[in-house]
Amino acid sequence: MLYPEKEKISLEKLKELQLERLKWSLKHAYRNNAVYKKKFDDAGFNPDSFSSFDDMKRVPFLYKQEMRESYPYGLFAVPMNKVVRLHSSSGTTGNATVVGYTKNDVEIWAEVCARSLSGIGATEEDIIQVAYGYGLFTGGLGLHYGAEKLGAATIPISGGNTEKQLMLMKDFGSTVLACTPSYALNIADFAAKNAPELDFKKLKLRKGIFGAEPWTNEMRTEIESRLDIDAYDIYGLSEVIGPGVSCECEAKQGMHVFEDHFYVEIINPETGEILPEGSQGEIVYTSLTKEACPVIRYRSRDITRLYRDNCSCGRVFTKMEKITGRSDDMLIIRGVNVFPSQIESVLVAVEGVEPHYQIIVDRKGTLDDIEVKVEVNESIFSDEMKVMSELSSKIASKIKTHLNISAKITLVEPSSIERSVGKAVRVIDKRKK
Amino acid sequence: MNIQQISVFIENKPGRLQHVLEVLNSGHINILTLTIAEINDFGILRMIVDKPNTAHDILRKENVTSSVNEVLGVGIDDKPGGLLRLIKCFAENKLNIEYMYAFTQKKGDEATMIFRFEDIEAAKNLLIKEGFNIMKKIDIIGDQE
Ligand SMILES: [Zn+2]
Repeated sequence: MLYPEKEKISLEKLKELQLERLKWSLKHAYRNNAVYKKKFDDAGFNPDSFSSFDDMKRVPFLYKQEMRESYPYGLFAVPMNKVVRLHSSSGTTGNATVVGYTKNDVEIWAEVCARSLSGIGATEEDIIQVAYGYGLFTGGLGLHYGAEKLGAATIPISGGNTEKQLMLMKDFGSTVLACTPSYALNIADFAAKNAPELDFKKLKLRKGIFGAEPWTNEMRTEIESRLDIDAYDIYGLSEVIGPGVSCECEAKQGMHVFEDHFYVEIINPETGEILPEGSQGEIVYTSLTKEACPVIRYRSRDITRLYRDNCSCGRVFTKMEKITGRSDDMLIIRGVNVFPSQIESVLVAVEGVEPHYQIIVDRKGTLDDIEVKVEVNESIFSDEMKVMSELSSKIASKIKTHLNISAKITLVEPSSIERSVGKAVRVIDKRKK
Repeated sequence: MNIQQISVFIENKPGRLQHVLEVLNSGHINILTLTIAEINDFGILRMIVDKPNTAHDILRKENVTSSVNEVLGVGIDDKPGGLLRLIKCFAENKLNIEYMYAFTQKKGDEATMIFRFEDIEAAKNLLIKEGFNIMKKIDIIGDQE
């Protein structure tokens, strides 16, 4: 643990600290930003009247759309001469959001990323290959600053150029890989195809820290066995700070939220009502220490669950489960709530099927139709039609059992589904006009 | 050595078969016989080619899913009842045929049938005992690999 005095804080002390910081953050946003001032005034909320966590329900939510409308600097709460860094979410005009960081914000961000790395067992002895994209996207620089703060040797290779990634793993002896989970699988695919002689067991690579897209435990098993590493989930949103909002520890059971910097709530996405601890719902973020761009009750759209356990790592910080899906990604198919990640779990559980898939939803007459396209690779291909038909029906019946929907399974050729190094498009909903 | 067959996964879409044939052609692979099994959305193309392992490698490089496995080539008399005698023999010995197809080239008075069994060695031993002529890889596809 890098900062035991902060990370091993008692729950009581943590709550005290959070309340004190919440008061500061709410006042800071209200006094220094016109958008927040108007929102709070319109909602009849005065930060001076905030005295307990129970008052949170009076604080208005911040929606992604408001961030877009505030493009570029509408939600900044410090003058530009205090801003040292700008990041932006992908998106065209009218869709992009911009976040700024003061020197102190960058420092805090580096610290939470360093804590994340230390939490998965990385130390200053490690050589960390940062294969997240560098640039406006927060992944690359976030992990980069975190790795340097940890004191590890940091390789800023950025995403893509898989051949070179493998070369550095061999020649530089990288011990930790940081990238998106789908890119980790891309690396494994690329190696299997172009360097079949490469034995990951002989590489020094021992751990991976993967995030920026939802992934499943089945995917973890696959990455771990194919790259011969331990794989951990790191989570974050650029709107909140970037990667490092929460991260798994070596227990690999839930991601600890760095609660001394981020206040989290679980709400019912339909009603906005705060749900009790342990409930599944949308996670809402409030920054406690951020100066340049405070976020107050930001609606993430990510669906998860928060809970505290006596974690073996000794951190008291609340845990969040892997993201089940995004409330905007949630598909309602014949009245059943379906997250693409659930389909993915089924596919990975069927032996050998890699998660190269696409879900297509359409409406035929009044009924919703769901089709799942799955790419056929060598490990699942058979020259016997019987075996191939069984594969389709096995996937269909598992989807039926787990999700209670009937899906048409279409087996397709490798690389026929569009994919990218960053986030993959998993769903095509033809019902939307 | 048993005959090797290469099987290829293809979607039932225009141009997919052509694509596979073009890839094989670019690698100077000679196709001796070819058959397609298909259901709604996809088919399995099964071929006897002169260089099955080379074909497998070049298909993999082009991201085409394929596999190489052994099949049994059995010579049968090219006259009425020739195939029947063989099939009866399978039935009597409870040998399950996964699938079968005819090899296009004839050798003398014999036609060749290709059979895929779960347990190729068991089938082979039985047929030899029954006096059937089992084709070797070298007889059918030569020894280019
Ligand atoms: Zn822990």
